[in-house]
Amino acid sequence: MNSAEPLPLVVIEPTRGLAALRLGELWAYRELLYFLVWRDVKVRYKQTVLGAAWAILQPLMTAAVFTIFFGRLAGISSDGLPYPLFSYCGLLMWTFFAQGLSLSSNSVVGSAQLITKVYFPRLVIPIAAVLSGLVDLAVALPILAILMWHYGTWPALAVLTAPLLALLALVATTGVGLWLSALNVEYRDVRFVVPFLVQLWLFVTPVIYPASVLAPRLQRLGLPAWSWGINPMAGVVEGFRWAMLDTPTSPGPLIAASAVTGFVLLISGAWYFRRVERSFADVV
Amino acid sequence: MTDVAIRVHDLAKQYRIGERQRYKSLRESIMKTLAAPFRPGSRRARETIWALDDLSFEVQQGDAVGIIGRNGAGKTTLLKILSRITEPTRGRVEVRGRVGSLLEVGTGFHLELTGRENIYLNGAILGMKRAEIERKFDEIVAFSEVEKFLDTPVKHFSTGMYLRLAFAVAAHLEPEILLVDEVLAVGDASFQKKCMGKMGEVARAGRTVLFVSHNMAAVQHLCPRSILLENGRVSRDGETAEVIQGYIRSLDETPVADLSRLTNRQGAGHVRFTAMRFFDDTGAELARGVSGQPVVFAMDYLSQGGRSLGKVRASLAFYDKFGQVLFNCSSELTGAGLAKLPPRGTISCRIPHLPLSQSRYRIAPFLEVDGEIQDWITPGLPFDVIDGDFFGSGRVYPPGWQGVGVLVPHSWDLPSEDNSS
Repeated sequence: MNSAEPLPLVVIEPTRGLAALRLGELWAYRELLYFLVWRDVKVRYKQTVLGAAWAILQPLMTAAVFTIFFGRLAGISSDGLPYPLFSYCGLLMWTFFAQGLSLSSNSVVGSAQLITKVYFPRLVIPIAAVLSGLVDLAVALPILAILMWHYGTWPALAVLTAPLLALLALVATTGVGLWLSALNVEYRDVRFVVPFLVQLWLFVTPVIYPASVLAPRLQRLGLPAWSWGINPMAGVVEGFRWAMLDTPTSPGPLIAASAVTGFVLLISGAWYFRRVERSFADVV
Repeated sequence: MTDVAIRVHDLAKQYRIGERQRYKSLRESIMKTLAAPFRPGSRRARETIWALDDLSFEVQQGDAVGIIGRNGAGKTTLLKILSRITEPTRGRVEVRGRVGSLLEVGTGFHLELTGRENIYLNGAILGMKRAEIERKFDEIVAFSEVEKFLDTPVKHFSTGMYLRLAFAVAAHLEPEILLVDEVLAVGDASFQKKCMGKMGEVARAGRTVLFVSHNMAAVQHLCPRSILLENGRVSRDGETAEVIQGYIRSLDETPVADLSRLTNRQGAGHVRFTAMRFFDDTGAELARGVSGQPVVFAMDYLSQGGRSLGKVRASLAFYDKFGQVLFNCSSELTGAGLAKLPPRGTISCRIPHLPLSQSRYRIAPFLEVDGEIQDWITPGLPFDVIDGDFFGSGRVYPPGWQGVGVLVPHSWDLPSEDNSS
């Protein structure tokens, strides 16, 4: 077999110290990433009776329950918006995050069969798990449009930032997902901690309530309002509501703070994942 | 000029034995750290094994090399390192060319997806680009013979169909270097034949092939050169026939009747042979066979699940002391057909006139249930034969021919002189 160009040379050696991120390799395997996302989505929808409807029902029913108990009974404010609209909008981003965490945390362990038999950059696995949530998000978005039409609330120019906020959600979810999926390989109880973690995180994020509720408390502690952005989803949820529903909140600093935390989580998550990746096939 | 495709230098891989047994939990790790100052003495060093130890060899481009050795010798670990699935502990490997690994057939197959969908998925997992899969799609389907079921979920496939489809995808991988790990030891006879044929094609097309197998006949057929691994080291490296001889000589040579603890075997294992004994026609147990005399090979078997077995095919292959295949006795060929058996019992094969001369041979019992290989003891158990009167002439096979080939009943017709002296 004659080839005009020299064949690629790969050197296999024990990795010492910091492992390179090898983003170029991830790009080379982008088709595999696509197929894994395709597989996850197809299988998810094939196995359920409700199919794609579940992607809509979950945030919708949660919004309904929140409206009754938090909006009406508890009387929580909602930035001047009708509570159902307020909560559904926030829940869209939140559901993406929660689902991304729960899918990615067990993704590596769940792919044990693949990992022990085939080579590909393992980062592909949790990333595919998180990306598959984008499909659900896309399915649930039209309902938001319907609700907006129903309540007569239209977005301003800020709506152009919505894709960027979705990207930030992706960054934050992937960051946490990488940490969880890598930790879960070594410590199997991580998987059981995740539902609890997600539940607590929900209350700490301004989904049920607006961020404006927190500002006075934070000020009393001597902290600026945007310090709540240490929770990356705070900026995402609050920002997405502002982008889609034109709330008078100007969450710029909050979004910026969340963006910082989000990227820190992503980069540190990728670093930790690459560090422990070499022992996956032996431990999983 | 051929280049080096794979260069392995002082490769070593260490495993911690405890690692596989228990998963750590955060709670335990935290407790251990907290309790550490209070624990007397030093922690017991964790037990480790060296699956590979100072392994070195080179493979040129276009070589087809067999990797043989007992279970646990390190063959699969070597392939895993070459496939970059696991990292070496020490040493260095240089690989020139794209590597395709067949460590298992059907990797990544999802039961809920259809045959068509799984072709794409499996192809992508093995490293094929989408364009490549589409280009070869029709070939893959034709090779697998499952056209009618392409759009049925794979969970409805029979084991045979599943394997054929999985292998069809894998067989159309076109990497420069192909690593194959005993994938061929699954499926029924026609599937095996297809696999062997395809592997032969790949080797002849000039690709570098590393073939791990327990099937000595297959290794001999495909690979001019073989490497014998023993305890993680290269024990022999050279012409396949010689390496196989060395391997067989190194195996434990005491004839063993109890097979229940034997580990050197292949197959799914739901049904296993538990014992192998020899009898003559009167029912007396024999220690060895006699040339020309009837021998009954009685193989006890046990089904783990306690279920009865359908579509059973049993066979007993005979090899000479060099590992060359001599002949095969198959229950299917002799009209016993594809039988249905109780969960435990004894399968017997009777050879009316043992066509073997005095020597040591190897016999490999094989059991297949419903298209899936359950137990295959290869490279086989030792079987001794002593001289007997095969030809009815009172004469025995000449010394130079002892143990070579098989004895065949025959007669000669020689012309006589016209005058009678």
